[in-house]
Amino acid sequence: MEKYRANLLMCAGTGCVASGTPKVRDALKAELEKRGLAEEIKIVLTGCNGFCAEGPVMLVYPEEIFYQNLTVEEIPKLVEEHFLKGRPYEKLMFKDIEKKHAIPLMNDIPFFKHQVLRVLRNKGLIDPESIEEYIARDGYMAAAKALNEMTPADIIKIIKDAGLRGRGGAGFPTGLKWEFASKSEADQKYMLCNGDEGDPGAFMDRSVMEADPHSVIEGMIIGAKAIGASKGVIYVRAEYPLAVERLQKAIEICTESGILGDNILGSDFSFDLEIYLGAGAFVCGEETALMRSIEGQRGMPRPRPPFPAHKGLWDKPSVLNNVETLAQIAPTILNGAEWYRTLGTEKSAGTKVFALTGDIRNVGLVEVPMGIPLRTIIYDIGGGINKKKKKFKSVQMGGPSGGCIPESLLDIPVTYEDIIKTGAIMGSGGMVVMDEDTCMVSTAKFFLEFTADESCGKCTPCRVGTRVMLDMLTDITEGRGREGDIETLEDLSRDIIATSLCGLGQTAPNPVLSTIRYFRHEYEAHIKEHWCHAGICSNLCSFHINEELCKGCGACLRGCPQQAVVGEKKKPHRIIQELCIQCRTCYDACKFGSIEIRPAVRKKTTEPAAKDEGVKQ
Amino acid sequence: MARLTLDDLKKIKEKQKATFTLREGGYRAKITVHMGTCGIAAGAREIMTALMDEISEAGVEDVITTTSGCAGLCAREPMVTVEILNKPPVKYGDLTDKKIKEIFREHVLGGNPVEKYALVIGSETTY
Repeated sequence: MEKYRANLLMCAGTGCVASGTPKVRDALKAELEKRGLAEEIKIVLTGCNGFCAEGPVMLVYPEEIFYQNLTVEEIPKLVEEHFLKGRPYEKLMFKDIEKKHAIPLMNDIPFFKHQVLRVLRNKGLIDPESIEEYIARDGYMAAAKALNEMTPADIIKIIKDAGLRGRGGAGFPTGLKWEFASKSEADQKYMLCNGDEGDPGAFMDRSVMEADPHSVIEGMIIGAKAIGASKGVIYVRAEYPLAVERLQKAIEICTESGILGDNILGSDFSFDLEIYLGAGAFVCGEETALMRSIEGQRGMPRPRPPFPAHKGLWDKPSVLNNVETLAQIAPTILNGAEWYRTLGTEKSAGTKVFALTGDIRNVGLVEVPMGIPLRTIIYDIGGGINKKKKKFKSVQMGGPSGGCIPESLLDIPVTYEDIIKTGAIMGSGGMVVMDEDTCMVSTAKFFLEFTADESCGKCTPCRVGTRVMLDMLTDITEGRGREGDIETLEDLSRDIIATSLCGLGQTAPNPVLSTIRYFRHEYEAHIKEHWCHAGICSNLCSFHINEELCKGCGACLRGCPQQAVVGEKKKPHRIIQELCIQCRTCYDACKFGSIEIRPAVRKKTTEPAAKDEGVKQ
Repeated sequence: MARLTLDDLKKIKEKQKATFTLREGGYRAKITVHMGTCGIAAGAREIMTALMDEISEAGVEDVITTTSGCAGLCAREPMVTVEILNKPPVKYGDLTDKKIKEIFREHVLGGNPVEKYALVIGSETTY
């Protein structure tokens, strides 16, 4: 590590950035270089200090001197006084340190501290229905720059140099995609936006479309210029009514004010944009299926090549980008590729938005620089498991195409490359956190139910294969699992991945494979011991009261719908197994952890179990 | 709205920025109710109604109320952000009609943030 004589912590909170942090930072950097101090003094951008009204502000370490209301004009004087002559520049020093707030600062709360907002830069800040407020936050300045001062090649170069990768899941370089389409010759091209967010537990794109619809439109205008498209479509699922409403209003106001339509912002570029409502089929998130859906046909994928960059919507060259990808185009054009690369890693540059859900305290939407450890997202930002006493078991990333990551791998950095090594994928950014009360076989079954339902049926491996796998998983969770099922599942998975037509089938087995990889013992316990340790598969568990731990409070007795719990007050209770239906009510009600989950004590199914071998009674 | 040019954008930006940061326009406070799907589901509309009632009852005209999207911490919705001229913004969460009324009286009218309901002070890191 290089050592610096001083660290200058400049606030990059929304307030300070609005009042000029980037310009002051550039001026400061130039001045330090001019004076030959760049090697000794380091500028660091930090989170908000809570002095937004006095911004831009800067804290100088090690002296801990606080400067406020910095301006570009004052920088030379400040550098000369403080860093050359060693005298703090009193004029800009913060004088009366305010009494400490009882309310924590952004930097004190891990949820806010670790986040850096680029895609969500206007999150909770502007009125999404006001174009003026969007403009106040540099809105459409990038479009104006791209349309009036840049060639398509200039735009593509910035996006390529920035290393921006598609945020829809696959992580394909956006600049390359644009370049391919740009080079395709055609009388008509299309710029498309994929707002068909369909992963269970993912809501990033919805939130961006609701909170900042203009950021998506601006990204599309710039993309359209880059590839030479004069028409665009935003494909949104009809289940997102608020997003549709706000996008619709944004398009109307843009059309009225010359930001869409002919000769945009006084340039010679024209672009028309419309919304197409999807009916919510998961497969329509696949690009070729989405294009068929817009054409009014049944949403089914087709083999590639030809790739959409050559033959897409209406067989014309088309580019389809995800909402989150488009929302970060404008700031990248304004600030440049180098700025974009200040966050993230070499191969996974920039930030990623995640939707945190499941058994986690801070359910919400977060944006973090790529490369931070998964553990930081779950424990610091997410606040850990939402129930005391419960342990973390796994985090599901990438939805039905992704996988479950166990505790032992939580220290991996969040990048496209590292996540894929775990068997999960970055995906669109849904993160479903699961605690120890989760059955991993049931979790795999849940996702497979989803993909089997959503399979369009065009190719056999996906249509039949996912169904066969689902039947096997159903058997395992209901007590009809057989030796060898795990291997068969692995085998089938490999075949489905290798032979399916589109991404849906090629990734559908991932949840099964990753749970087998990390939680094979759970599959084995289900099959061999008839024991679902989490007590989720009702045929494969029984509930018992540990008499030493039971206080006789009666919480379980009152909750039991079967009157299966018996016992006197303040004396240990007991569960009558013949009456128990394994509904877990007692387990969830007990405050003393006295309910134990053991293997099934009797068979619930009569018929199919006959074929089982070695079933415990 | 007339067709915009780059110069118009710059003018709108400067003009809006002033009201945005409360530095001009004679406003003393701005209250943003976060109305994404999550906020609305948690009762943000009721919070907005309660707030409008309070404002008209108090008869103040230098307070702006506005809506915005999800503030990110969906688990703590409904949320509002209160900004008073020359003070950093304060975010409140888990709101009810009763709490927002108290916040309006204490913080917006009285100038003292209501510590017990406040989540955080300051603005998020961008750039």
